[in-house]
Amino acid sequence: MSITNPTVTHYLAVNQPLQLTSGATLPEYELAYETYGQLNEDKSNAILICHALSGDQHVAGIDANGKKGWWDGYIGPGKVIDTDKFFVVCSNNLGGCRGSTGPTSINPQNGKVYGPDFPIVTCKDWVQSQNLLREHLDVEQWAALIGGSMGGMQVLQWAIDFPEKVRHAIVIAAAPKLSAQNIAFNEVARRAIMSDPDFHDGRFIEHDTIPKRGLTLARMLGHLTYLSDDMMGVKFGRELREGKLQYNYEVEFQVESYLRYQGEKFATKQNFDANTYLLMTKALDYFDPAADFEHDLSKALAQATAKFLVVSFTSDWRFSPQRSHEIVKALLDNDADVSYAEVKSEHGHDAFLLPNPHYEGVFRNYMKRVHQDTLAAEAQK
Amino acid sequence: MSNEFKLISDWIQPDSRVLDLGCGDGELLNYLIKTHNVNGYGMELDPDKTTQALGNGINVIQTDLNSYDLTYYFDEDSFDYVIMTQALQVVSRPDELLDEMLSIGKNCIITFPNFGHWRNRAQLMFGGTMPETETLPYHWFDTPNIHMCTFKDFEKLCEDKHIKVVARTVVNSEHESSLGMRIAPNLLGEVALYQIRKK
Repeated sequence: MSITNPTVTHYLAVNQPLQLTSGATLPEYELAYETYGQLNEDKSNAILICHALSGDQHVAGIDANGKKGWWDGYIGPGKVIDTDKFFVVCSNNLGGCRGSTGPTSINPQNGKVYGPDFPIVTCKDWVQSQNLLREHLDVEQWAALIGGSMGGMQVLQWAIDFPEKVRHAIVIAAAPKLSAQNIAFNEVARRAIMSDPDFHDGRFIEHDTIPKRGLTLARMLGHLTYLSDDMMGVKFGRELREGKLQYNYEVEFQVESYLRYQGEKFATKQNFDANTYLLMTKALDYFDPAADFEHDLSKALAQATAKFLVVSFTSDWRFSPQRSHEIVKALLDNDADVSYAEVKSEHGHDAFLLPNPHYEGVFRNYMKRVHQDTLAAEAQK
Repeated sequence: MSNEFKLISDWIQPDSRVLDLGCGDGELLNYLIKTHNVNGYGMELDPDKTTQALGNGINVIQTDLNSYDLTYYFDEDSFDYVIMTQALQVVSRPDELLDEMLSIGKNCIITFPNFGHWRNRAQLMFGGTMPETETLPYHWFDTPNIHMCTFKDFEKLCEDKHIKVVARTVVNSEHESSLGMRIAPNLLGEVALYQIRKK
Protein backbone atom coordinates (compact mmCIF):
# COMPACT_ATOMS: atom_id res chain seq x y z
CA MET A 1 0.00 0.00 0.00
CA SER A 2 1.16 3.49 -0.71
CA ILE A 3 0.59 6.76 1.06
CA THR A 4 -2.63 7.91 -0.57
CA ASN A 5 -3.11 11.52 0.51
CA PRO A 6 -1.10 13.98 -1.56
CA THR A 7 2.12 14.69 0.32
CA VAL A 8 2.84 18.21 1.49
CA THR A 9 6.19 19.98 1.60
CA HIS A 10 6.90 21.87 4.81
CA TYR A 11 9.48 24.58 5.22
CA LEU A 12 11.70 25.22 8.19
CA ALA A 13 13.03 28.77 8.18
CA VAL A 14 16.28 29.09 10.10
CA ASN A 15 17.14 32.67 10.96
CA GLN A 16 20.45 31.96 12.61
CA PRO A 17 23.60 31.96 10.47
CA LEU A 18 25.16 28.66 9.49
CA GLN A 19 28.93 28.54 9.70
CA LEU A 20 29.99 26.43 6.71
CA THR A 21 32.99 24.13 6.49
CA SER A 22 34.41 26.30 3.71
CA GLY A 23 34.66 29.24 6.09
CA ALA A 24 31.74 31.07 4.49
CA THR A 25 28.57 31.85 6.41
CA LEU A 26 25.02 31.43 5.25
CA PRO A 27 23.09 34.17 7.06
CA GLU A 28 19.72 32.45 6.91
CA TYR A 29 18.11 29.56 5.06
CA GLU A 30 15.08 27.36 4.61
CA LEU A 31 14.87 23.59 4.56
CA ALA A 32 12.11 21.91 2.57
CA TYR A 33 10.96 18.60 4.04
CA GLU A 34 8.17 16.05 3.95
CA THR A 35 6.97 13.72 6.69
CA TYR A 36 4.96 10.50 6.62
CA GLY A 37 3.34 8.55 9.44
CA GLN A 38 2.84 9.76 13.00
CA LEU A 39 5.40 10.84 15.53
CA ASN A 40 4.66 8.84 18.67
CA GLU A 41 4.10 10.43 22.05
CA ASP A 42 7.66 10.13 23.33
CA LYS A 43 9.05 10.97 19.87
CA SER A 44 11.16 7.82 19.70
CA ASN A 45 10.02 6.57 16.29
CA ALA A 46 11.43 9.22 13.93
CA ILE A 47 13.54 8.17 10.96
CA LEU A 48 15.49 10.57 8.76
CA ILE A 49 16.04 9.56 5.14
CA CYS A 50 19.02 11.25 3.49
CA HIS A 51 18.83 11.73 -0.27
CA ALA A 52 21.34 11.02 -3.01
CA LEU A 53 22.76 13.39 -5.63
CA SER A 54 19.63 14.27 -7.58
CA GLY A 55 17.10 13.40 -4.88
CA ASP A 56 14.82 15.65 -2.88
CA GLN A 57 12.42 15.69 0.05
CA HIS A 58 9.65 13.84 -1.81
CA VAL A 59 10.76 10.34 -0.91
CA ALA A 60 7.41 8.55 -0.50
CA GLY A 61 3.76 8.79 -1.48
CA ILE A 62 2.30 10.89 -4.27
CA ASP A 63 2.56 14.66 -4.34
CA ALA A 64 -0.04 17.15 -5.56
CA ASN A 65 1.32 16.80 -9.12
CA GLY A 66 0.84 13.03 -9.03
CA LYS A 67 4.58 12.36 -8.77
CA LYS A 68 5.68 9.30 -6.84
CA GLY A 69 8.40 9.66 -4.19
CA TRP A 70 11.87 8.52 -5.26
CA TRP A 71 11.94 5.66 -2.71
CA ASP A 72 8.22 4.94 -2.58
CA GLY A 73 8.89 1.24 -3.17
CA TYR A 74 10.46 0.96 0.26
CA ILE A 75 8.53 3.52 2.34
CA GLY A 76 4.83 3.39 3.20
CA PRO A 77 2.26 1.46 5.25
CA GLY A 78 3.45 -2.14 5.62
CA LYS A 79 6.54 -1.52 3.50
CA VAL A 80 10.14 -2.11 4.60
CA ILE A 81 10.24 1.33 6.22
CA ASP A 82 6.76 1.06 7.67
CA THR A 83 4.98 4.40 8.07
CA ASP A 84 2.43 2.66 10.35
CA LYS A 85 5.28 2.24 12.84
CA PHE A 86 7.67 5.04 12.06
CA PHE A 87 7.53 8.77 11.54
CA VAL A 88 9.59 9.23 8.39
CA VAL A 89 11.24 12.56 7.58
CA CYS A 90 13.10 13.54 4.44
CA SER A 91 14.53 16.96 3.70
CA ASN A 92 15.96 18.52 0.56
CA ASN A 93 19.67 19.14 1.09
CA LEU A 94 20.87 22.68 1.54
CA GLY A 95 22.05 23.90 -1.86
CA GLY A 96 19.32 21.85 -3.53
CA CYS A 97 16.80 23.11 -6.03
CA ARG A 98 13.57 21.61 -4.69
CA GLY A 99 12.62 24.11 -2.04
CA SER A 100 15.58 24.27 0.31
CA THR A 101 17.74 27.35 0.03
CA GLY A 102 20.15 26.89 -2.85
CA PRO A 103 21.49 28.49 -6.01
CA THR A 104 17.95 29.14 -7.35
CA SER A 105 16.94 31.05 -4.18
CA ILE A 106 17.09 34.80 -3.74
CA ASN A 107 20.15 36.07 -1.93
CA PRO A 108 18.71 38.27 0.85
CA GLN A 109 21.80 40.47 0.76
CA ASN A 110 21.23 41.80 -2.76
CA GLY A 111 17.77 40.59 -3.75
CA LYS A 112 19.16 38.64 -6.72
CA VAL A 113 19.23 34.93 -7.44
CA TYR A 114 22.24 33.29 -5.75
CA GLY A 115 23.31 31.32 -8.81
CA PRO A 116 27.07 30.68 -8.66
CA ASP A 117 27.38 32.88 -5.55
CA PHE A 118 25.75 30.23 -3.40
CA PRO A 119 28.53 29.06 -1.08
CA ILE A 120 29.97 25.56 -1.40
CA VAL A 121 28.32 23.27 1.13
CA THR A 122 29.64 19.94 2.41
CA CYS A 123 28.19 16.80 3.88
CA LYS A 124 29.08 18.13 7.34
CA ASP A 125 27.07 21.30 6.61
CA TRP A 126 24.06 19.23 5.54
CA VAL A 127 24.22 17.28 8.76
CA GLN A 128 24.41 20.53 10.77
CA SER A 129 21.33 21.87 9.00
CA GLN A 130 19.43 18.58 9.36
CA ASN A 131 20.23 18.62 13.05
CA LEU A 132 18.29 21.88 13.34
CA LEU A 133 15.38 20.13 11.66
CA ARG A 134 15.68 17.41 14.31
CA GLU A 135 15.49 20.06 17.04
CA HIS A 136 12.54 21.71 15.32
CA LEU A 137 10.69 18.37 15.25
CA ASP A 138 11.58 17.95 18.92
CA VAL A 139 13.16 14.57 18.28
CA GLU A 140 15.83 13.74 20.84
CA GLN A 141 17.28 10.77 18.95
CA TRP A 142 16.53 9.40 15.48
CA ALA A 143 15.31 5.79 15.67
CA ALA A 144 17.30 5.37 12.46
CA LEU A 145 19.10 7.34 9.81
CA ILE A 146 18.90 5.75 6.42
CA GLY A 147 20.53 6.66 3.13
CA GLY A 148 21.85 5.22 -0.11
CA SER A 149 24.85 6.50 -2.06
CA MET A 150 25.39 10.17 -1.11
CA GLY A 151 22.61 9.59 1.45
CA GLY A 152 24.69 6.84 3.06
CA MET A 153 27.58 9.27 3.37
CA GLN A 154 25.36 11.70 5.28
CA VAL A 155 24.36 8.84 7.59
CA LEU A 156 28.05 8.15 8.32
CA GLN A 157 28.67 11.85 8.95
CA TRP A 158 25.68 12.01 11.30
CA ALA A 159 26.91 9.00 13.29
CA ILE A 160 30.31 10.69 13.71
CA ASP A 161 29.16 14.28 14.34
CA PHE A 162 26.09 13.61 16.50
CA PRO A 163 26.59 10.10 17.90
CA GLU A 164 24.02 10.40 20.66
CA LYS A 165 21.34 11.48 18.19
CA VAL A 166 21.51 8.27 16.12
CA ARG A 167 20.22 4.89 17.36
CA HIS A 168 20.59 2.98 14.10
CA ALA A 169 22.57 3.92 11.02
CA ILE A 170 21.76 2.23 7.71
CA VAL A 171 24.42 2.89 5.09
CA ILE A 172 23.57 1.57 1.63
CA ALA A 173 25.74 1.50 -1.52
CA ALA A 174 28.07 4.14 -0.11
CA ALA A 175 31.79 4.76 0.34
CA PRO A 176 33.85 6.36 3.10
CA LYS A 177 35.25 8.80 0.54
CA LEU A 178 35.41 9.13 -3.23
CA SER A 179 38.14 7.46 -5.25
CA ALA A 180 40.17 9.36 -7.85
CA GLN A 181 37.99 7.71 -10.50
CA ASN A 182 34.79 8.89 -8.78
CA ILE A 183 36.14 12.45 -8.60
CA ALA A 184 37.23 12.26 -12.24
CA PHE A 185 33.70 11.35 -13.34
CA ASN A 186 32.31 14.24 -11.31
CA GLU A 187 34.81 16.61 -12.87
CA VAL A 188 33.85 15.59 -16.41
CA ALA A 189 30.18 16.13 -15.49
CA ARG A 190 30.97 19.59 -14.12
CA ARG A 191 33.05 20.51 -17.16
CA ALA A 192 30.19 19.45 -19.42
CA ILE A 193 27.89 21.88 -17.60
CA MET A 194 30.37 24.73 -17.32
CA SER A 195 31.41 24.61 -20.96
CA ASP A 196 27.80 24.91 -22.18
CA PRO A 197 27.44 28.37 -23.83
CA ASP A 198 24.12 28.75 -22.00
CA PHE A 199 25.87 28.40 -18.61
CA HIS A 200 26.92 32.09 -18.51
CA ASP A 201 29.33 31.50 -15.61
CA GLY A 202 26.44 30.14 -13.59
CA ARG A 203 24.20 33.20 -14.13
CA PHE A 204 21.94 31.39 -16.58
CA ILE A 205 18.76 32.22 -14.65
CA GLU A 206 19.44 35.94 -15.08
CA HIS A 207 20.09 35.26 -18.79
CA ASP A 208 16.83 33.31 -18.94
CA THR A 209 18.56 30.23 -20.31
CA ILE A 210 19.27 26.68 -19.09
CA PRO A 211 22.55 24.92 -19.88
CA LYS A 212 20.54 21.98 -21.16
CA ARG A 213 23.26 20.41 -23.28
CA GLY A 214 25.76 20.43 -20.43
CA LEU A 215 23.24 19.09 -17.94
CA THR A 216 22.18 16.38 -20.38
CA LEU A 217 25.78 15.28 -20.85
CA ALA A 218 26.47 15.39 -17.11
CA ARG A 219 23.43 13.22 -16.43
CA MET A 220 24.26 10.81 -19.25
CA LEU A 221 27.69 10.31 -17.73
CA GLY A 222 26.26 9.99 -14.23
CA HIS A 223 23.64 7.53 -15.39
CA LEU A 224 26.29 5.44 -17.08
CA THR A 225 28.14 5.05 -13.77
CA TYR A 226 24.93 3.96 -12.03
CA LEU A 227 24.36 1.02 -14.38
CA SER A 228 26.34 -2.16 -14.78
CA ASP A 229 27.81 -3.50 -17.99
CA ASP A 230 25.84 -6.74 -17.58
CA MET A 231 22.55 -4.94 -17.09
CA MET A 232 23.10 -2.73 -20.14
CA GLY A 233 24.08 -5.81 -22.12
CA VAL A 234 20.87 -7.58 -21.15
CA LYS A 235 18.66 -4.52 -21.63
CA PHE A 236 20.12 -3.14 -24.86
CA GLY A 237 22.92 -5.32 -26.17
CA ARG A 238 23.93 -3.88 -29.52
CA GLU A 239 20.34 -3.52 -30.61
CA LEU A 240 19.81 -0.94 -33.33
CA ARG A 241 17.04 1.62 -33.39
CA GLU A 242 16.46 1.48 -37.17
CA GLY A 243 17.32 -2.18 -37.63
CA LYS A 244 20.46 -1.50 -39.66
CA LEU A 245 23.62 0.55 -39.41
CA GLN A 246 23.29 4.08 -40.80
CA TYR A 247 26.99 4.98 -40.85
CA ASN A 248 26.42 8.44 -39.44
CA TYR A 249 26.52 10.20 -36.05
CA GLU A 250 22.82 10.08 -35.28
CA VAL A 251 21.44 7.77 -32.62
CA GLU A 252 21.94 4.25 -33.94
CA PHE A 253 22.14 1.96 -30.96
CA GLN A 254 19.27 1.64 -28.49
CA VAL A 255 21.61 2.30 -25.57
CA GLU A 256 22.49 5.71 -27.07
CA SER A 257 18.84 6.56 -27.36
CA TYR A 258 18.19 5.49 -23.77
CA LEU A 259 21.06 7.55 -22.38
CA ARG A 260 20.00 10.64 -24.34
CA TYR A 261 16.44 10.22 -23.12
CA GLN A 262 17.60 9.98 -19.48
CA GLY A 263 19.87 13.00 -19.86
CA GLU A 264 17.32 15.17 -21.61
CA LYS A 265 14.56 14.22 -19.18
CA PHE A 266 16.76 15.34 -16.33
CA ALA A 267 17.77 18.62 -17.98
CA THR A 268 14.37 19.66 -19.27
CA LYS A 269 11.40 17.89 -17.67
CA GLN A 270 12.89 17.57 -14.19
CA ASN A 271 14.30 21.07 -14.43
CA PHE A 272 17.26 20.28 -12.19
CA ASP A 273 19.39 23.32 -11.47
CA ALA A 274 22.87 23.17 -13.01
CA ASN A 275 24.50 25.03 -10.12
CA THR A 276 22.96 22.55 -7.68
CA TYR A 277 24.44 19.70 -9.72
CA LEU A 278 27.87 21.33 -9.49
CA LEU A 279 27.44 21.90 -5.78
CA MET A 280 26.32 18.37 -4.97
CA THR A 281 29.13 16.72 -6.94
CA LYS A 282 31.62 18.98 -5.16
CA ALA A 283 30.17 18.01 -1.78
CA LEU A 284 30.67 14.37 -2.79
CA ASP A 285 34.29 15.04 -3.75
CA TYR A 286 34.98 16.77 -0.44
CA PHE A 287 33.38 14.05 1.68
CA ASP A 288 36.08 12.46 3.81
CA PRO A 289 35.08 12.08 7.47
CA ALA A 290 38.42 10.41 8.29
CA ALA A 291 40.30 13.57 7.30
CA ASP A 292 39.56 15.12 10.70
CA PHE A 293 40.89 11.99 12.42
CA GLU A 294 44.40 11.60 10.99
CA HIS A 295 42.88 10.03 7.87
CA ASP A 296 41.98 6.99 9.92
CA LEU A 297 38.39 5.89 9.34
CA SER A 298 38.49 3.65 12.42
CA LYS A 299 39.31 6.68 14.55
CA ALA A 300 36.54 8.69 12.89
CA LEU A 301 33.99 5.96 13.52
CA ALA A 302 35.22 5.52 17.10
CA GLN A 303 32.97 8.54 17.75
CA ALA A 304 29.90 6.62 16.63
CA THR A 305 27.68 4.79 19.09
CA ALA A 306 24.89 3.80 16.69
CA LYS A 307 24.18 0.26 15.58
CA PHE A 308 24.97 -0.17 11.89
CA LEU A 309 23.65 -2.00 8.89
CA VAL A 310 25.87 -1.72 5.82
CA VAL A 311 24.61 -2.96 2.45
CA SER A 312 26.39 -3.17 -0.90
CA PHE A 313 25.52 -4.56 -4.33
CA THR A 314 27.71 -6.94 -6.29
CA SER A 315 27.51 -5.14 -9.66
CA ASP A 316 27.92 -1.63 -8.22
CA TRP A 317 31.19 -0.39 -9.60
CA ARG A 318 30.64 3.26 -8.65
CA PHE A 319 30.77 2.34 -4.94
CA SER A 320 31.76 -1.30 -5.07
CA PRO A 321 31.34 -3.81 -2.19
CA GLN A 322 35.03 -3.22 -1.50
CA ARG A 323 34.18 0.35 -0.41
CA SER A 324 31.56 -0.98 2.00
CA HIS A 325 34.12 -3.45 3.38
CA GLU A 326 36.22 -0.41 4.36
CA ILE A 327 33.31 0.95 6.37
CA VAL A 328 32.57 -2.45 7.95
CA LYS A 329 36.22 -2.95 8.86
CA ALA A 330 36.43 0.46 10.53
CA LEU A 331 33.30 -0.35 12.53
CA LEU A 332 34.63 -3.79 13.50
CA ASP A 333 37.84 -2.11 14.67
CA ASN A 334 35.63 -0.30 17.17
CA ASP A 335 33.70 -3.43 18.20
CA ALA A 336 30.57 -1.68 16.95
CA ASP A 337 27.26 -3.43 16.49
CA VAL A 338 27.38 -3.92 12.75
CA SER A 339 25.82 -6.20 10.19
CA TYR A 340 26.76 -6.34 6.55
CA ALA A 341 24.95 -7.73 3.54
CA GLU A 342 26.35 -8.01 0.04
CA VAL A 343 23.35 -8.23 -2.24
CA LYS A 344 23.61 -9.97 -5.58
CA SER A 345 22.20 -7.70 -8.26
CA GLU A 346 22.88 -6.95 -11.90
CA HIS A 347 21.55 -3.40 -11.65
CA GLY A 348 24.76 -1.63 -10.63
CA HIS A 349 24.65 1.35 -8.29
CA ASP A 350 20.96 1.90 -9.04
CA ALA A 351 20.15 -1.40 -7.30
CA PHE A 352 19.58 0.32 -3.97
CA LEU A 353 16.37 1.87 -5.32
CA LEU A 354 15.03 -1.25 -7.04
CA PRO A 355 13.08 -4.32 -5.86
CA ASN A 356 15.27 -7.26 -4.81
CA PRO A 357 14.13 -10.09 -2.50
CA HIS A 358 17.45 -10.50 -0.63
CA TYR A 359 17.84 -6.74 -0.15
CA GLU A 360 14.26 -6.41 1.04
CA GLY A 361 14.63 -9.38 3.40
CA VAL A 362 17.76 -7.98 5.00
CA PHE A 363 16.29 -4.49 5.21
CA ARG A 364 12.96 -5.71 6.63
CA ASN A 365 14.59 -7.90 9.28
CA TYR A 366 16.87 -5.08 10.29
CA MET A 367 13.94 -2.64 10.51
CA LYS A 368 12.30 -5.11 12.92
CA ARG A 369 15.31 -4.60 15.15
CA VAL A 370 14.96 -0.83 14.79
CA HIS A 371 11.31 -1.17 15.78
CA GLN A 372 12.12 -3.35 18.81
CA ASP A 373 14.69 -0.80 19.98
CA THR A 374 12.11 1.94 19.46
CA LEU A 375 9.64 0.10 21.68
CA ALA A 376 12.40 -0.42 24.26
CA ALA A 377 13.22 3.30 24.18
CA GLU A 378 9.51 4.03 24.64
CA ALA A 379 9.29 1.65 27.63
CA GLN A 380 12.28 3.33 29.26
CA LYS A 381 10.61 6.73 29.39
CA MET B 1 19.08 -26.73 20.51
CA SER B 2 21.43 -29.29 19.06
CA ASN B 3 23.58 -31.33 21.37
CA GLU B 4 26.65 -30.17 19.52
CA PHE B 5 25.93 -26.56 20.49
CA LYS B 6 25.51 -27.58 24.14
CA LEU B 7 28.86 -29.36 24.02
CA ILE B 8 30.49 -26.27 22.50
CA SER B 9 28.95 -23.97 25.08
CA ASP B 10 30.60 -26.05 27.84
CA TRP B 11 33.93 -24.79 26.54
CA ILE B 12 32.96 -21.10 26.44
CA GLN B 13 33.73 -18.76 29.32
CA PRO B 14 30.93 -16.31 30.15
CA ASP B 15 31.18 -12.71 28.87
CA SER B 16 33.68 -13.60 26.16
CA ARG B 17 33.99 -12.33 22.61
CA VAL B 18 33.03 -14.84 19.98
CA LEU B 19 33.22 -15.05 16.20
CA ASP B 20 31.11 -17.78 14.60
CA LEU B 21 32.25 -18.66 11.09
CA GLY B 22 29.50 -20.07 8.90
CA CYS B 23 26.99 -19.02 11.54
CA GLY B 24 23.94 -20.04 9.52
CA ASP B 25 20.79 -18.52 10.99
CA GLY B 26 22.74 -17.54 14.12
CA GLU B 27 21.32 -20.25 16.39
CA LEU B 28 24.59 -21.04 18.17
CA LEU B 29 25.54 -17.40 18.66
CA ASN B 30 22.05 -16.59 19.89
CA TYR B 31 22.28 -19.46 22.36
CA LEU B 32 25.69 -18.30 23.59
CA ILE B 33 24.44 -14.72 23.94
CA LYS B 34 21.52 -15.93 26.08
CA THR B 35 23.36 -18.53 28.18
CA HIS B 36 26.89 -17.11 28.37
CA ASN B 37 26.36 -13.39 27.76
CA VAL B 38 28.91 -13.43 24.95
CA ASN B 39 29.16 -10.75 22.30
CA GLY B 40 30.54 -10.90 18.81
CA TYR B 41 29.67 -11.57 15.23
CA GLY B 42 28.54 -14.27 12.91
CA MET B 43 29.91 -14.66 9.41
CA GLU B 44 27.88 -16.33 6.71
CA LEU B 45 27.95 -16.53 2.94
CA ASP B 46 24.43 -17.73 2.21
CA PRO B 47 22.08 -14.74 1.60
CA ASP B 48 18.99 -16.42 3.06
CA LYS B 49 20.80 -17.53 6.20
CA THR B 50 22.31 -14.06 6.58
CA THR B 51 18.83 -12.59 6.42
CA GLN B 52 17.57 -15.08 9.03
CA ALA B 53 20.52 -14.36 11.31
CA LEU B 54 19.70 -10.65 11.07
CA GLY B 55 16.12 -11.43 11.99
CA ASN B 56 17.39 -13.40 14.99
CA GLY B 57 19.16 -10.31 16.27
CA ILE B 58 22.68 -11.44 15.39
CA ASN B 59 25.37 -9.09 14.15
CA VAL B 60 26.17 -10.90 10.94
CA ILE B 61 28.77 -10.08 8.30
CA GLN B 62 28.11 -11.64 4.90
CA THR B 63 31.45 -12.98 3.72
CA ASP B 64 32.91 -15.71 1.56
CA LEU B 65 35.55 -17.34 3.73
CA ASN B 66 37.16 -18.78 0.60
CA SER B 67 37.92 -15.43 -0.96
CA TYR B 68 38.20 -13.14 2.02
CA ASP B 69 41.05 -13.07 4.48
CA LEU B 70 39.78 -12.88 8.06
CA THR B 71 42.85 -10.92 9.06
CA TYR B 72 41.61 -8.03 6.86
CA TYR B 73 38.66 -7.52 9.18
CA PHE B 74 40.18 -8.49 12.53
CA ASP B 75 43.40 -7.86 14.40
CA GLU B 76 45.37 -10.57 16.18
CA ASP B 77 43.60 -12.07 19.20
CA SER B 78 40.44 -10.00 18.62
CA PHE B 79 38.28 -12.83 19.92
CA ASP B 80 38.34 -15.16 22.89
CA TYR B 81 36.82 -17.85 20.67
CA VAL B 82 36.56 -18.33 16.94
CA ILE B 83 34.10 -21.11 16.26
CA MET B 84 33.49 -23.02 13.06
CA THR B 85 30.99 -25.86 13.11
CA GLN B 86 30.80 -28.33 10.25
CA ALA B 87 32.41 -26.03 7.73
CA LEU B 88 36.12 -26.87 7.67
CA GLN B 89 35.50 -29.55 5.07
CA VAL B 90 33.67 -27.21 2.68
CA VAL B 91 36.26 -24.42 2.41
CA SER B 92 38.86 -24.36 -0.34
CA ARG B 93 41.94 -24.16 1.89
CA PRO B 94 41.18 -25.44 5.39
CA ASP B 95 44.84 -25.19 6.39
CA GLU B 96 45.01 -21.48 5.53
CA LEU B 97 41.68 -20.76 7.19
CA LEU B 98 42.97 -22.47 10.35
CA ASP B 99 45.94 -20.09 10.37
CA GLU B 100 43.62 -17.10 10.01
CA MET B 101 41.36 -18.36 12.79
CA LEU B 102 44.27 -18.94 15.14
CA SER B 103 45.60 -15.49 14.35
CA ILE B 104 42.43 -13.58 15.24
CA GLY B 105 41.23 -15.89 18.04
CA LYS B 106 42.87 -16.85 21.30
CA ASN B 107 40.98 -20.15 21.17
CA CYS B 108 39.36 -21.88 18.23
CA ILE B 109 36.62 -24.46 18.30
CA ILE B 110 36.14 -26.62 15.25
CA THR B 111 33.76 -29.46 14.54
CA PHE B 112 33.81 -31.71 11.49
CA PRO B 113 32.73 -35.18 10.37
CA ASN B 114 35.23 -38.03 10.53
CA PHE B 115 35.88 -39.69 7.18
CA GLY B 116 37.73 -42.44 9.05
CA HIS B 117 34.59 -43.75 10.76
CA TRP B 118 34.26 -47.52 10.28
CA ARG B 119 31.03 -47.20 8.29
CA ASN B 120 32.76 -44.96 5.74
CA ARG B 121 35.70 -47.30 5.60
CA ALA B 122 33.38 -50.29 5.17
CA GLN B 123 31.37 -48.72 2.36
CA LEU B 124 34.51 -47.92 0.43
CA MET B 125 36.19 -51.23 1.19
CA PHE B 126 33.29 -53.64 0.69
CA GLY B 127 30.90 -51.67 -1.46
CA GLY B 128 33.55 -49.87 -3.45
CA THR B 129 31.47 -46.70 -3.35
CA MET B 130 31.95 -43.32 -1.76
CA PRO B 131 30.34 -43.35 1.70
CA GLU B 132 26.82 -42.02 2.26
CA THR B 133 25.84 -41.88 5.91
CA GLU B 134 23.74 -39.78 8.29
CA THR B 135 26.76 -37.60 8.98
CA LEU B 136 27.71 -37.46 5.30
CA PRO B 137 24.33 -37.53 3.59
CA TYR B 138 25.53 -36.63 0.07
CA HIS B 139 26.39 -38.31 -3.19
CA TRP B 140 29.97 -37.98 -4.37
CA PHE B 141 28.84 -35.58 -7.11
CA ASP B 142 26.71 -33.17 -5.09
CA THR B 143 28.59 -33.01 -1.82
CA PRO B 144 29.70 -29.60 -0.56
CA ASN B 145 32.49 -31.39 1.29
CA ILE B 146 35.60 -30.91 -0.78
CA HIS B 147 38.24 -31.58 1.86
CA MET B 148 37.17 -34.58 3.91
CA CYS B 149 39.61 -35.72 6.55
CA THR B 150 39.86 -38.15 9.44
CA PHE B 151 40.56 -37.19 13.03
CA LYS B 152 44.05 -38.57 12.52
CA ASP B 153 44.59 -36.32 9.48
CA PHE B 154 43.43 -33.27 11.39
CA GLU B 155 45.66 -34.00 14.36
CA LYS B 156 48.60 -34.56 12.02
CA LEU B 157 47.94 -31.13 10.49
CA CYS B 158 47.80 -29.59 13.95
CA GLU B 159 51.09 -31.22 14.82
CA ASP B 160 52.77 -30.02 11.62
CA LYS B 161 51.47 -26.50 12.20
CA HIS B 162 52.43 -26.47 15.89
CA ILE B 163 48.81 -26.09 16.88
CA LYS B 164 47.95 -27.15 20.41
CA VAL B 165 44.89 -29.39 20.79
CA VAL B 166 43.44 -28.23 24.10
CA ALA B 167 40.43 -30.52 24.17
CA ARG B 168 38.66 -33.04 21.97
CA THR B 169 35.23 -34.57 22.21
CA VAL B 170 34.28 -37.37 19.87
CA VAL B 171 30.62 -38.17 19.37
CA ASN B 172 28.22 -39.98 17.05
CA SER B 173 25.78 -38.35 14.68
CA GLU B 174 23.44 -37.68 17.62
CA HIS B 175 26.35 -36.02 19.39
CA GLU B 176 26.49 -38.66 22.08
CA SER B 177 29.69 -40.17 23.32
CA SER B 178 30.46 -43.76 24.33
CA LEU B 179 33.29 -45.77 25.81
CA GLY B 180 34.15 -47.24 22.40
CA MET B 181 34.50 -43.80 20.88
CA ARG B 182 36.85 -42.81 23.63
CA ILE B 183 38.98 -45.91 23.05
CA ALA B 184 38.99 -45.88 19.23
CA PRO B 185 37.86 -42.40 18.22
CA ASN B 186 39.14 -42.47 14.65
CA LEU B 187 37.30 -45.72 13.96
CA LEU B 188 34.11 -45.23 15.96
CA GLY B 189 33.66 -41.46 16.20
CA GLU B 190 31.46 -39.71 13.63
CA VAL B 191 31.89 -36.08 14.58
CA ALA B 192 34.67 -34.44 16.56
CA LEU B 193 34.75 -31.17 18.46
CA TYR B 194 38.23 -29.75 18.81
CA GLN B 195 39.41 -26.86 20.90
CA ILE B 196 42.75 -25.64 19.62
CA ARG B 197 45.12 -22.72 20.12
CA LYS B 198 48.55 -21.49 19.09
CA LYS B 199 51.39 -23.27 20.88
